[in-house]
Amino acid sequence: MSLLSVENLRVTFPTRQGPSEVVRGVTFELGRERLGIVGESGSGKSQTGRAILGLTPPPGKATADRLEFDGIDLRNASARTWRSLRGSRMSMVMQDPKYSLNPVMTIGRQLIEALRYSGGGAAKAEAMAMLEAVQIRDPERVFRAYPHELSGGMGQRAMIAMMLVTKPDLLIADEPTSALDVTVQVEVLRILDGLVRDRGMGLIFISHDLRLVSSFCDRVLVMYAGRVVEELDARDLSKAQHPYTRGLMNCLPKIDDDQRPLPVLERDAAWLE
Amino acid sequence: MADADLGEGRRRALPEWVPALARILGTVAVTMLGLMLITFFIGRVVPVDPVILVIGDRAPKSVYDRTFIELGLDKPIWQQFLIYLGQVFQGDLGDSFLTKRPIISDIARVFPATLELATVGILIGTLFGVPLGVFAAVRQGKLADQVVRVVGLIGYSAPIFWLGLLGLLLFYARLHWIGGPGRVDISFEYSFTNRTGLMLLDTAMQGEWAAFRNVVGHIALPGALLGYLSMAYISRMSRSFMLNELGQEYITTARVKGVPERRIIWVHALRNAAVPLVTVIALSYAGLLEGAVLTETVFSWPGLGQYLTNSLQKADMNAVLGCTLVIGTIYIGLNLLSDLLYTLLDPRVRRRT
Ligand SMILES: Nc1ncnc2c1ncn2[C@@H]1O[C@H](COP(=O)(O)OP(=O)(O)O)[C@@H](O)[C@H]1O
Ligand SMILES: [Mg+2]
Repeated sequence: MSLLSVENLRVTFPTRQGPSEVVRGVTFELGRERLGIVGESGSGKSQTGRAILGLTPPPGKATADRLEFDGIDLRNASARTWRSLRGSRMSMVMQDPKYSLNPVMTIGRQLIEALRYSGGGAAKAEAMAMLEAVQIRDPERVFRAYPHELSGGMGQRAMIAMMLVTKPDLLIADEPTSALDVTVQVEVLRILDGLVRDRGMGLIFISHDLRLVSSFCDRVLVMYAGRVVEELDARDLSKAQHPYTRGLMNCLPKIDDDQRPLPVLERDAAWLE
Repeated sequence: MADADLGEGRRRALPEWVPALARILGTVAVTMLGLMLITFFIGRVVPVDPVILVIGDRAPKSVYDRTFIELGLDKPIWQQFLIYLGQVFQGDLGDSFLTKRPIISDIARVFPATLELATVGILIGTLFGVPLGVFAAVRQGKLADQVVRVVGLIGYSAPIFWLGLLGLLLFYARLHWIGGPGRVDISFEYSFTNRTGLMLLDTAMQGEWAAFRNVVGHIALPGALLGYLSMAYISRMSRSFMLNELGQEYITTARVKGVPERRIIWVHALRNAAVPLVTVIALSYAGLLEGAVLTETVFSWPGLGQYLTNSLQKADMNAVLGCTLVIGTIYIGLNLLSDLLYTLLDPRVRRRT
């Protein structure tokens, strides 16, 4: 049985021009593997991730024919069910540590809080160990620091620590490295990769960077305007059929091939079906 | 690399308070000086002759000239200002032309009445306003939100003397639930000694519980009325600050962690909303301390508002300037307090101030 199954997931926001569907029938299965979701900005990646955690921001609404996590139907889950799942069994690394950490709480308190509400004890030792696991060299200091006292890379590592300290079965990482510079990016990826391997959890890795996703994940979903336009094994990326995926690939700069003019990403209304 | 730019803020936190405090005190000193400069020049500019204020307009020319020199009015203006500063620092704000007593003792007599009323008002306003605002924000657009909005709107638009008179008519004249105008019934006035001027405090400390109940009965209605007015404002501001915080990403983070909704609202969001709220509450309090003239009039409350209005009507210049100075000092003091609280509540400003 797969860890997560999603069938015909739709997320709709009411707007003045009528309802706007930003996720349109996303379907996939996830085992204890690394699944990448790529697509340009605004293609509905984040909203897909949030809908899985039941955190579609109001007044948005999420519907699905099937949304099961480890055999539990999430579609009409009670507040109690959600509380027993979020944090302890499913978690999400948020996009930008600058805005997604509480500015008036120390990192330590935010970490301990994650532990406390997932059934674990409020053990400081556990939190410190987790900070070390994400390669923070001075965990004691970071533990006592406020978010604004950390650099972007540090903040993102603290965020990852906070989401992993409860040892969830499913982790959604929403562009966990986009706000970071390249050297830190690589380091954070290595940390995530190690943790996924050691713990055997399912990972949904959201990114707009096709190359990054294909080198890091087992499987890739390519999203365009709220739809999955192609699903591929990461190895088979070169065999991609869909013109949008091919477009994304052509837009990757190559060192040995100086293309002029620069290729432009094509869009076609027909892809929306 | 990231370890290095963690910032030394934490380790050096204590010594950083020193320059911060020095700067705040410097600002206070400059503001106070500006305030006194203004009261001094208003005193010189108004068409009220300070000599006549002292001796009356029937005194002979020789007395006028002598007093003119006694008051130092022949000296250059900057010397006069220095003398004025010296007097103010010694607590000498001149004498009242109406009561013939030092202004400072007049103010010391009326201010506690206003302080007591304003404090009751702001406590009621905060204790009800903040939870109502939070509640409205959580139920945004729902019925509860609309109800809170309407209740607030009434507080904004209903004339206070009308509400006050209506309240007196109902609770005092009809139902006899509360005391009438004034701070205390005459029969209780001499059953306790005036120590702080705050009757609630004085009666409670002296164990005069019958008098205490009487004082409560008198302050209840005007206090509730002022509380209602500040509640209207505080709840509206709390609602908007909370809505802003609840839309932030860190709230989603807390939800992802499985934090219960109640804690998200009352700990995560409110703790952040408290930062700007402190200023709102402090300024409302200052507004009440200025002396709510209408309330004090309707309830015959012998406070600063009444005293100031009286002095203005009788052109009692020293009293008006004294009150202005006191009110200005209150604003500066409360601003300072809210700055300090702000620094305490928001770790981000600790390094900047
Ligand atoms: N709260 C919201 N209200 C209305 N539209 C939204 C809201 N959040 C996101 N959207 C829209 O949903 C679409 C998908 O957003 P998102 O999932 O964040 O994209 P991605 O993560 O792929 O960049 C975007 O067009 C965005 O404008
Ligand atoms: Mg996104």
